[in-house]
Amino acid sequence: MQVFDIFLLEAVVNGILLGGILALLALGLNLVFGVIDVVWICYAELIMLGMYAVYYGHNVFGWPLWLALVFGVAVVAVLGALLHQFVIRPVLAAEPINQLLVTGGVLFFLQAVATLAFGIEFKNIGIRLPQLSVGEMYLSVARLIAFLVALAGMIGMYLFLTRSYLGTAIRAISQDRAIMPLMGVNPNRIFLITSALGGGLAGLAACLLVLQYDIHPAIGLTFGPITFMVCVMGGLGNMIGGFIAAFIFAQFISVGGFFLHIEWGYVIAFVFFIGMMFWRPQGILGSK
Amino acid sequence: MKWAALVVLALAPLAGMGNYPLHLLIMCLLWGFVYTSWAIMGRLGMVSLGHGAFLGIGAYVVVLLWNHAGISPWLGTPIALVLTAVVAFVIGYPCFRFKIVGHYFALVTLALTEVARLVIVALRDQTGGSLGATPNTALADSAWSLGALQFSSKLIWFYIILVAWLAGLWIWGRVDRSMTRLALEAISQEEDAAASVGMNVTRLKLGVTLLSALMTCFGGVLYAQYQLYVNPETVSGIGISLQIVFGAIVGGMFVRLGPTVGAAITLLLAEVLRLAIGHDVHGLDTTIYGLMLVLFIIFMPKGILGAILEALEKRRAAKTAAATA
Repeated sequence: MQVFDIFLLEAVVNGILLGGILALLALGLNLVFGVIDVVWICYAELIMLGMYAVYYGHNVFGWPLWLALVFGVAVVAVLGALLHQFVIRPVLAAEPINQLLVTGGVLFFLQAVATLAFGIEFKNIGIRLPQLSVGEMYLSVARLIAFLVALAGMIGMYLFLTRSYLGTAIRAISQDRAIMPLMGVNPNRIFLITSALGGGLAGLAACLLVLQYDIHPAIGLTFGPITFMVCVMGGLGNMIGGFIAAFIFAQFISVGGFFLHIEWGYVIAFVFFIGMMFWRPQGILGSK
Repeated sequence: MKWAALVVLALAPLAGMGNYPLHLLIMCLLWGFVYTSWAIMGRLGMVSLGHGAFLGIGAYVVVLLWNHAGISPWLGTPIALVLTAVVAFVIGYPCFRFKIVGHYFALVTLALTEVARLVIVALRDQTGGSLGATPNTALADSAWSLGALQFSSKLIWFYIILVAWLAGLWIWGRVDRSMTRLALEAISQEEDAAASVGMNVTRLKLGVTLLSALMTCFGGVLYAQYQLYVNPETVSGIGISLQIVFGAIVGGMFVRLGPTVGAAITLLLAEVLRLAIGHDVHGLDTTIYGLMLVLFIIFMPKGILGAILEALEKRRAAKTAAATA
């Protein structure tokens, strides 16, 4: 079999585009982790609710798509802030593992609430973007958009964190949580804003996922784990590392899936992750 | 008192219990055993989200060997246990050697459980993929087959699983009273300090991890043989791994019967709500359960049984203090 054929190239290019989606997924989680030092295990469930919000806005209330998408982002941003205020704040002083587990409880809760409220039927917004044909390759337009949005999101985030006063305060508090109150910054307010931002980024991811996947209450479980792996491998809280890790993972999944089967692509990616944890537990770009 | 309760439990099914209550009782004990296995390492600061992998190995290896090679579960179980030990070692050793703790450990083990689920799904020609698998029946012309470890009578299963559960509690007690437990508690508080006074951190952690993984694997074997059906979602992956962790936490992972209480509460909650509301409302029991979990971890991290025992202890202490004064 000739290996370097057009289909392999297609797999590689699709892998790059999938990397864009993963990078976008990782962006919000990375922000929250970097600043508040808490892993939202329920992050993918927030995205799931964002997808439902877009669906309800567009298909049930009959709003134009752009309004539904804005609504989706807003809903998840509010959820992020609520999550911080009512769930994370009471356990901020507890052991780190309790913080992880409490968001695991939220995962169950959100999944069940979604089942209760929306039922277990698959929903989709009925918009399917076309396939783009380049030469003999077929590329998904939805993934292309996701890729560009992820890139823009990362650049926007970078500018916000480095150029704005609020961004500077967020970066400062992630470096030293104890000293910032002495500098006249209210850490809880910063955490709340960060959570809302992280939620907003999750909502952004939801907007792009809703264009290519059906919505159901358990959809979070399908891309939740891979999102954590991307963040951890990039070095938790390190956005550029997360961006690179997303593309590495996506290539494993896409090309591995091309040669074998899509599940094997994931298996290879996860085994690679475990190996990387032993080799560089601080992440590919992290420092000791 | 303790023994009387045990006798009542052992004799309860003989007093003409219906089939369904008996099934619930068996499930309580079976999941109680699995949650207890997890708590053996979980209470010592090693929060594994990967126990679904061990459960899945136990369930699938035995069923697949029986279906495709005709190997009896009596031989399949040791094979599954060996495989589990190898997997636990390959993951555990580097984790402990390179000091991967806290949520990094949780996420590495989370990757492991997903690998197990995906491998089962990917090998769909052998495992049946997402549709699950049923062990070939050996009960065509008899009510039970010892060689195939299949029994149509729930009563036999009740006693098998009761014995496994008691053995699990016994092992829990042995670990609880051992020096290893004290050493690991010290390690979970301050790993470097513990290592500096001569504790072999890697070996101690690995020992408890292997024990916990092997017990969980055995639980998987029992689950598959009792249910006579396995499915990648119910024995591996992130869902079941979190369920194990939360069951143990709700009951109380620091006390011996805590994980079993957690299993009982989880099962009974689902049943009571189903009886009260009916089958039509999907997700209500898990909504309440999820809410409970969040509240527990925030307000009662020692779990239901843990909190009750602590309150009793306090009252007793106050009484003795009053008596001596």
